Amino acid sequence: MRITVIDYKAGNLTSVVKALRHLGAEVTVTDRPEPLAAAERIILPGVGHFAATKRLDETGLTPAIREAIASGIPFLGICVGMQWLYAGSTEAPDQPGLGVLPETIERFPDGHEKVPHVGWNQLHPVGNSRLLAGIGDGEFAYFTHSWRAPVTAATVATTDYIQPFAAAVEKGNVYGTQFHPEKSGETGLTILRNFLEVTPC
Amino acid sequence: MLTRRIIACLDVRDGRVVKGIQFVDIIDAGDPAELAHRHAHLGADEIVLLDITATHEGRATLLDTVRRTAKSLFVPFTVGGGIRTADDAAAVFDAGADKVSINSAALARPELIGEIGASFGAQAVIVAIDARRDPTSPNPARDAHVYVHGGRRDTGRSVVEWAIEAESRGAGEILLTSMDSDGMRNGFDCELTAAVSESVRIPVIASGGAGTVAHFAEVFGRGKADAALAASIFHFGVSSARALKEELAQQGIPVRLPC
Repeated sequence: MRITVIDYKAGNLTSVVKALRHLGAEVTVTDRPEPLAAAERIILPGVGHFAATKRLDETGLTPAIREAIASGIPFLGICVGMQWLYAGSTEAPDQPGLGVLPETIERFPDGHEKVPHVGWNQLHPVGNSRLLAGIGDGEFAYFTHSWRAPVTAATVATTDYIQPFAAAVEKGNVYGTQFHPEKSGETGLTILRNFLEVTPC
Repeated sequence: MLTRRIIACLDVRDGRVVKGIQFVDIIDAGDPAELAHRHAHLGADEIVLLDITATHEGRATLLDTVRRTAKSLFVPFTVGGGIRTADDAAAVFDAGADKVSINSAALARPELIGEIGASFGAQAVIVAIDARRDPTSPNPARDAHVYVHGGRRDTGRSVVEWAIEAESRGAGEILLTSMDSDGMRNGFDCELTAAVSESVRIPVIASGGAGTVAHFAEVFGRGKADAALAASIFHFGVSSARALKEELAQQGIPVRLPC
């Protein structure tokens, strides 16, 4: 199982790479667009601010990712990496996302609950998902974020915090998780293993 | 439902896990990597490794210990102690930490909070505060002071005000240790924890004083803590995080179970 992890200087890749290697994957980390042409599957991690995805545009990674996705190879965005799959985010209104999903990422509304949403919360899988195969209703994943995606037809798991949001999405060969599978114990490792095993479209 | 977190803390000195009683009596309790995995296996939601002597002895965090501990740990892993610059933090992240905890270095130079956050995200920066009540105040918990150097020196600063400033500078979480309660196993300082938790929107991790299940229930209820940290209660087989969480669940507190 060979996998390419994109380094766009948005946080720490060590945990993701470590989890993938633990699962037996052969991991390549790249901050350049060229290696994506030969990639077999790609993960876009990311923590922090949506504006960090600007670097994907500046380094030519965005068109390379677009081509890779068009070629049908499995692509997984984690946290900000998932949010980037959308049209954009109110966190950085001038920075466009990839637009595979048409909605906009918005901040949790202010109110009684704390924002950011940090900690272990439950996944509620909906429909048939390859990414979440074997994941039961109510299993826990680790989240840390203040912006979130709306529940739509692409949503394959919801999580409740203030109101339901998209915890995981799937559209063709494109997958995303708002939570951190690399930090979500056995549940997270199962999801990463599923991603390593999905067959290209 | 978002659950309350139980965090196992490993206080490390010279590469071994120790636990102080009010930071004085030190008992050797084992290998950090081994204990971290045991805690994760026994249901801890997170692991924190604090190099307790790093600040006043000026020692660098034991990167090798961090690397060994992080290697096959798949729950959030925080490292603190001796992190004085963004480069120190970068080295700890590179060794496998998900978050760093900074304490006196952030007090000395609050810009450090934002500097680490700029590269690794706010969620990766925990500001640790060692607090003691101010017995001269009519509201000793609300007016608690920030202490540094292992609780030996009073900075004269207000804990609540420093927590608010840390949040505004981009801290992702507050780790609040009651130096009055630490190691006593008589319960968390719930008044102090609530005062801080109600003043910020970021999560507050309560630390110091865990001895029984009831203490955790109190700090999640009255103390309004988002997470609670404990060390010696686990090391000596008093309880596991799983057993603790099973009892908390029976009292209606949302926790990650099964785990």
